[in-house]
Amino acid sequence: MNGVFDLGGTDGMGKVQTVENEPVFRAEWEKAAFAMFSNCFRAGFFGVDAFRHSIEKMDAAEYLLSNYYEHWVHVVEDRGAQKGVIDPAELEKRTQFFLENPDAPLPEREDPDLLAFVNAVVKSGAPANRPTDKVARFKVGDRVTILADSPHGHTRRARYIRGRTGEITAAHGGAIYPDSAGNDGPEAPEHLYTVRFTAEELWGPETAEPNNIVYFDVWEPYLTLAS
Amino acid sequence: MASPTDTRLRTQAEITARVKALESMLIEKGIMTTAAIDRLAEIYENEVGPQLGAQVVARAWTDPEFKERLLADASAACTEMGIGGLQGEEMVVVENTDTVHNAIVCTLCSCYPWPVLGLPPNWYKAPAYRARIVREPRKVLAEDFGFPVPDDVEVRIWDSSSELRYWVLPQRPAGTEDLGAFELAALVTRDSMIGVGPVRTP
Repeated sequence: MNGVFDLGGTDGMGKVQTVENEPVFRAEWEKAAFAMFSNCFRAGFFGVDAFRHSIEKMDAAEYLLSNYYEHWVHVVEDRGAQKGVIDPAELEKRTQFFLENPDAPLPEREDPDLLAFVNAVVKSGAPANRPTDKVARFKVGDRVTILADSPHGHTRRARYIRGRTGEITAAHGGAIYPDSAGNDGPEAPEHLYTVRFTAEELWGPETAEPNNIVYFDVWEPYLTLAS
Repeated sequence: MASPTDTRLRTQAEITARVKALESMLIEKGIMTTAAIDRLAEIYENEVGPQLGAQVVARAWTDPEFKERLLADASAACTEMGIGGLQGEEMVVVENTDTVHNAIVCTLCSCYPWPVLGLPPNWYKAPAYRARIVREPRKVLAEDFGFPVPDDVEVRIWDSSSELRYWVLPQRPAGTEDLGAFELAALVTRDSMIGVGPVRTP
């Protein structure tokens, strides 16, 4: 989909706001929001691609103006409602309750298996590479052009590389295909490549800064051999 | 006084109430526990952060064979040091030289190599950096980070659009020939491994 989250090359976003000695979590709610990702992943709310797509479908203005971890909270509400686990009306009612009773305690529950899962997943991760029998159609050194059309739904084909031509610098084998998994389809592995673009190709010779390169990872269906 | 996560849309108190409400429902449904939240916060506040990436860099500066393995397969090399995991399953280290300067970004979301750098700073996830670093990296590095890169040094921006996680091996600073890995690691900053700042000088 074409959305505001696809920020590469957007003008008018202002200065980068760096903060000296920023804490990892700036408020208690950020810790809970961060934990919701792995806890709800375990509960089957989403894979990482569907997680991203849920964020992409947020209200555009809200996406730009909200805290980063509010995006994650949005996903849990959105996917939780889809799964029938989170009732939006109940959530509103409880939100009002906690606004009026900010110190009211949370329910208590223990789950040693969840704690073990957290410790294990941080250490082991969740790899996205997938062996595939498909024969790679491209190789390192090929000049390729990125498909220029605008698909609906989730894709990692950012607007600023569409229609642009670059050179494949690495071939990584099969990986989960976000354009399928992110739209609640199967993993449908495709070959993954890294493509090198010059700034002149991306922004035009008049606009590009000198001596700049951008590398971008693409899945095979995004590519055609450059003529 | 404003709270750190107040926005133009909501106050921190409003956000806190909504998250607490959601949390209470997830706890009741058997999906979440406060102990799991506390443990995850502890991991990324105290255990996994840029100090780990700094150890890897320092070893690469002092052990040429390790550096070769790191540049060939960063995740495998980091595993040798007990470093790796979530959001770093397939890491790729890119090396700065006299003629090349690298920096990382995720223009589509916020991908970042957690096992070596910890969780990203807010500016990395916010629109300005993601929008501009691919279009005007020299301007962003010079004006927003006070870190100009000479025109004759090629700037390479790595947009983390897949599950590969890129990060930067900065150059070892001059005058550090006598330092050991432990002292060298103290010179390596988070920003130098993102590619937006220098390493410290001794």
